[in-house]
Amino acid sequence: MISLEAIKNAVQSWLQLHIGGTLALVAESILLGILVITLFAVLGLLLVFMERKVSAVMQIRLGPNRVGPKGWLQTSADTLKLMLKEGLTPDGADRFLFNLAPFMIMIAAMLIMAPIAFAKNFQIWDINIGVLYISSVASISVIAILMAGWSSNNKYSLLGAMRSGAQIISYELSAGVAVITMIILTGSLSVNDIIASQENGWWIFKGHIPAIIAFIIFMIAVTAETNRAPFDLAEAESELTAGFHTEYSGMKFALFFLAEYINIFIVCAVAAILFLGGWMPLHIGNWQAFNHVMDYIPSSIWFFGKTFLLIGLIMWFRWTFPRLRIDQLLNLEWKYLLPISLLNMLLMTIVAILKWYL
Amino acid sequence: MSIKQYIQDVFNAIKSLLKGMRVTGYYFFHPKEIITEQYPDNKATLKLADRFKGEVVMLHDENNEHACTGCTACELACPNGTIKIITQFDITPGGKKKKALNTFVYHLELCTMCNLCVEACPTGAIVMAQNFEHSVYDRKQLTKTLNKPGSKLRAGIE
Repeated sequence: MISLEAIKNAVQSWLQLHIGGTLALVAESILLGILVITLFAVLGLLLVFMERKVSAVMQIRLGPNRVGPKGWLQTSADTLKLMLKEGLTPDGADRFLFNLAPFMIMIAAMLIMAPIAFAKNFQIWDINIGVLYISSVASISVIAILMAGWSSNNKYSLLGAMRSGAQIISYELSAGVAVITMIILTGSLSVNDIIASQENGWWIFKGHIPAIIAFIIFMIAVTAETNRAPFDLAEAESELTAGFHTEYSGMKFALFFLAEYINIFIVCAVAAILFLGGWMPLHIGNWQAFNHVMDYIPSSIWFFGKTFLLIGLIMWFRWTFPRLRIDQLLNLEWKYLLPISLLNMLLMTIVAILKWYL
Repeated sequence: MSIKQYIQDVFNAIKSLLKGMRVTGYYFFHPKEIITEQYPDNKATLKLADRFKGEVVMLHDENNEHACTGCTACELACPNGTIKIITQFDITPGGKKKKALNTFVYHLELCTMCNLCVEACPTGAIVMAQNFEHSVYDRKQLTKTLNKPGSKLRAGIE
């Protein structure tokens, strides 16, 4: 059976054989870069289309259905339009920061791809502090947002960026605590170790109530961190036109738009790794026959299936709930999510010490 | 805020959020509920809602008779001067003069489809039709005469 691991090994050995040494490493790096960029483009097109269709069905509409069969080419047409548009820089803007910001946000998104395991033994960089790396690099994106808002020389942009800063910094706390709650169980920050520890069942089933609470808190916190409705105060179309990217046009705007969807994919992938076992098939304890059947489904399908399921959940949030006010937003974090997640962490520590999990 | 109140708040919040998600989730798994009409494509099978209002028309029966007595109640009810009724005086068989409708002028370009004229009409002579394809090249074409040429008041309506 062809798996991503087999393809990777074949390419690696071919390169070693024909080019060899340092050059092979350079070639592999370039290949990886191309792969990540391709993944970004495909994900962007797919997720934007998915969002538009999901929102349409939830609002009893049809959604895009004119370009291509059933509207499948709609997002490609949109991308083409954005690429042909002029990328304006406003007169009063700080030109350097203004043009740097979209790239910063993409670089932050691209860096997070490194420790994510897409399939069995298919990972760009297996570092022993994978989850810590993800949560620290993810906070770089707030700098890009502040940069964009500040350099635009526009009050809406600045307000949107400031709101976004307050929001991301607060919600990162409870997202971090939810991650730590799961780290207590796994005892390792490495993505591979976390996935390997879920071989006899995913943590959301094995970890009892604290794991479920941590999962809910994590999903709420990452929805806020990716600036999506009901926490989309940074954009808030009805109040701030488009928030921090008001002044951006053409491909520079498209990069911000793409980064939003890439970030959704990343946080859902992290949630899938921590709570749903990443690429690990659905295993139940010692049911050998059942586990064996599940192993026949390729690990990449498991990973992308779980991730897209969680993306669907986040889209479901977006098209159901109304936007929060800024005071409600901060109340929710500081008065509810943070105390609950801290208590939950304590509860999880007790569970871990008493070995109540399987 | 007591601890009990706090916990209750959290549970009530989750409950109400789940309620909302149930509604959208139901629509997500029941695409049959979609109400979008793909208009120019389904012209033949287009089904409009009952309360949809497109224009004011006057009902005529097979004898080319209508129910409008020319009382101008609709003209008075109209908030933006859409209707102009021109009356004339007929001579009844008894030799008396009687007010009757000559021309029912309807300015579609001014109409907001508020339905007040239909509600004001004491004899039910005018109703709202569902035709909405009103685009024309000249604005003058939107000024319509609602009573058909040669039509007269149905007998027995005062």
